[in-house]
Amino acid sequence: MNTFRELVVCEHCDHVYRRVALQRGDVVRCSVCGAILYRAEKLSIDQRLALAVAAAVLFVLVNVCPVMQIGLGGQHNAATLWQAVLALGQGAAAPIALPAAAAAVIVPGLQIMLLLWVLSFARARRSAPGLAWCLRVLGHLRPWSMMEVCLFAALVAIVKLSGFLQVTPEPGIWAVGGLTLLIPLLTGSDVYWLWGLLNEPEETSA
Amino acid sequence: MKQIPRADELGLLACHACSLVVERATAPMHCPRCHTRLHGRRPASVQRSAAFLLAALVLYIPANLLPVMFTSRLGSGEASTILTGVIEFWHAGAWDIALIIFTASVAVPCSKFLVLGLLLVSAGTHSRWAQVERARLYRFVELIGYWSMLDVLVVAIVAALVQFHALSYVEPRVGILFFGMVVIFTMLSAMSFDPRLIWDTQDHDK
Repeated sequence: MNTFRELVVCEHCDHVYRRVALQRGDVVRCSVCGAILYRAEKLSIDQRLALAVAAAVLFVLVNVCPVMQIGLGGQHNAATLWQAVLALGQGAAAPIALPAAAAAVIVPGLQIMLLLWVLSFARARRSAPGLAWCLRVLGHLRPWSMMEVCLFAALVAIVKLSGFLQVTPEPGIWAVGGLTLLIPLLTGSDVYWLWGLLNEPEETSA
Repeated sequence: MKQIPRADELGLLACHACSLVVERATAPMHCPRCHTRLHGRRPASVQRSAAFLLAALVLYIPANLLPVMFTSRLGSGEASTILTGVIEFWHAGAWDIALIIFTASVAVPCSKFLVLGLLLVSAGTHSRWAQVERARLYRFVELIGYWSMLDVLVVAIVAALVQFHALSYVEPRVGILFFGMVVIFTMLSAMSFDPRLIWDTQDHDK
């Protein structure tokens, strides 16, 4: 089967272009439909791996630290994202706790784990065992990762409750904020160069 | 702009996972680089997308009619739906929060229904009308889709925090389950839609 590494097809409209060399920060858009075709790598592997490690640390904090605390008449209550998900799991709406857990915690956690695995091998210019599977899963997970929605939800909850309760943000909310910045940066479309690490059967390319 | 060829016309197709461009063959094909099954277009795209959209539309009715949350304060309780929640914020003077919740829970899902419906009808009739704008609309819907999860996560956080037994407590109600399902089904509908159909103005079934 002939393969054409020098070509790129727009995913959104099927028009074909020849790849060109890019400067750091360049973005190539389809001239027909305006979708992004590909972009230059913004970060080096070392930077990317360092940010993935930072994301892993923040992820641990998200799992254990409460995002906020409320007080009413001398009583206090704090909640982590997990406790929020578990609160959904009570009563008639219980099934929604599963997708909420996925979107808020499980998917971001899987993304960070897969990235750490893939990047630590990529640093040695090697393809990680199961690289194709990892990258495919990363592609499928991307739309379901909702850390930024969690951050907004926490902010809305703060405003909502501050009307009749004392509300104090806790460390967890900073961790959620940090992941809101890091996860899109790490899983953006410019990780596509990682596919290039896969060994491809050498065949003619016209 | 007119002379840019399409992969379809050149007998090429791109792997939708790793975006390697390969020559199209008749037999079922797998990507030589990442072994993903190759398709010229997403299979049964319009049918799947329409089915998910219809399911979301049906579920949107109970999502709005049934209460999403029950709040008890000093013995007196009230159930609130998505819209009454927005109205409460508005009357309390928090117009900004009212606007955020209204956007995430009403404006975003409704515009997704309209846009996906429009894309499905125009793609089904191979229309040449406003192709660039329709392509942009599709990318917009993909971008905003998951923000509707906001309300689900707000209910989760508030219900986890407000647990003061006799004084005050908040419980999720079944409406939030329907609402969460609306968000998931509209996301699945957008993912199943193949934006290349916008540019397929000649009938072909691959």
